[in-house]
Amino acid sequence: MTSMSTIERLKQRFSGEGFASSQFRDNTRFDIPPADVTGVLTFLKNDCGFDLLVDITAVDLLEYPDARNRFRVFYALANTSTAERIYVRTHLDEPDLTLPSAYPLWRGADWMEREVFDMFGIRFAGHPNLKRILMPEEFTAFPLRKDYPLRGRGERHNFPVITRAES
Amino acid sequence: MSLQLSELSDADSDDQEYLWTLNFGPQHPATHTTLRLILKLDGETIVGAVPDIGYLHSGFEKLGEDLDFNQYVTIVDRMNYISPVANELSWIQTVEKLVGVTITPRCKYVRTIFAELMRIHDHLLCVGAAALDLGAFTPFLYAFKQREKIYDICEFASGQRFHSSYMRVGGVMYDVDDKWVNLVRDFAAHFPAAVAEITRLLTRNRIFMSRLRGVGVLTREDAINFSCSGPVARASGVVRDLRKDEPYLAYPDFDFKVVCSDGCDCYSRYMVRMQEMLESQKIIEQAIENLPGGPINVDAEGRAIMPGKQEVYQSIEGLIRHFETIIPNRGFLAPVEEIYSAQETANGELGYYIVGNGTIKAYRARTRPPSYIHFAVFPHLIKGHTLSDVVAVLGSLNIIAAELDR
Repeated sequence: MTSMSTIERLKQRFSGEGFASSQFRDNTRFDIPPADVTGVLTFLKNDCGFDLLVDITAVDLLEYPDARNRFRVFYALANTSTAERIYVRTHLDEPDLTLPSAYPLWRGADWMEREVFDMFGIRFAGHPNLKRILMPEEFTAFPLRKDYPLRGRGERHNFPVITRAES
Repeated sequence: MSLQLSELSDADSDDQEYLWTLNFGPQHPATHTTLRLILKLDGETIVGAVPDIGYLHSGFEKLGEDLDFNQYVTIVDRMNYISPVANELSWIQTVEKLVGVTITPRCKYVRTIFAELMRIHDHLLCVGAAALDLGAFTPFLYAFKQREKIYDICEFASGQRFHSSYMRVGGVMYDVDDKWVNLVRDFAAHFPAAVAEITRLLTRNRIFMSRLRGVGVLTREDAINFSCSGPVARASGVVRDLRKDEPYLAYPDFDFKVVCSDGCDCYSRYMVRMQEMLESQKIIEQAIENLPGGPINVDAEGRAIMPGKQEVYQSIEGLIRHFETIIPNRGFLAPVEEIYSAQETANGELGYYIVGNGTIKAYRARTRPPSYIHFAVFPHLIKGHTLSDVVAVLGSLNIIAAELDR
């Protein structure tokens, strides 16, 4: 839960087109345009005390009712001293699927962003090692996108066979 | 292979040809299930480590978009398979928050008891397996003897020892009866003696201490920076426990302590887990003595929960409600909204981010996996230590591959 002051401070500091806040059950969310990701996260970490990055993930809004963008990237932050939480959301569209990396702020963002890249194809500029993490390196598609079918496209049957003589 | 080696390139230049690469895993008795480490060694000292994961990746998050909320409980069980009911609990709590269902007091208590039993379950395995990896076989068996009792409790409640699939949206599968209450009471009464047995073998053991003290030091700033939670963070001085910070279920009713330590090393993580087991036992004792009566499932009005068999077979409304809940293209609809909700499991903060789109299935079911996030800390922890410390550090982080890869 976020006290009024954090969301008020955010609205005061970042206002204008593309910024919005909302509340659902006990989640307080702040929507931002992609260019302001670093600014907002730095402000939250350094000035508002949100020192814990809980999660970074993404949603493919291809089949979502009333979606205006293709991808939503979702940052969950928490304040360890006050147990407050806040969620920052940003939206991306093709073809420009890049965001600045949160690695300079939190080293925990390393693997979280790698998984978002692996599953959705969203790149993070400034990430030290943006490679696939769960899928094999030579995998070409992005599995959690909505246009990738549940049962895959036959990759399981097309693994390269390495014989003893070659290896 | 070349791509993994290139990640270690900062330690690998021409004048350092004496460094050699060792592949640790994915099939190795000391890596907890299938995870792989590529270690760059200078003799026995580790200069760099690159984890390679994904061997157990099964597309659980994609499946979350294909199964409805009650069906997904079976998948969620299989993520952190060491404490399965805890995952189910976290998933169901998040779905209930999304849909807006409030559970009955009896359900809260039963779920709390299960959550604490699963915490003990997980810590017993973590401590036992950590000891086993270091060569101590007996504590492993003592821990598993207690885990058998918890398996019996789960089997009594749901019919399955392991992946119980016990929780449902709005309640649980079957109500628990007096025999179950006696089983839990017996377990709670005999548990401190069992922990004392393991403590006598390990805690002041010279070999155990010298293998774990000063190994895998994670400072408080690093623990927060790397997004650690649970015993890994609490052993580094981060005082954060979601049961106290954001109370859920019946935790506000119970008197228990949050165990933290300043030690920051593997030994402190072991001590935090041992003490947490005793605190969990206190919660179970208090809960089982004060178990409220009344219905365990929410009234089936919102079509979220299945009506009882009496109603189904003896009234037409019960039959209709049963049909409505169980048939795939009917059932309760999630709102077109999203939610993130987290619970404190044995491994740390297990959260779910569910995006609903007005149908009976989730649009996106993301697990925030504590094991995945903790494994990212491993290369940082292991630098400068020897090869034998790899096992000690892995054991203390409690990495469970199914949650790591999903």
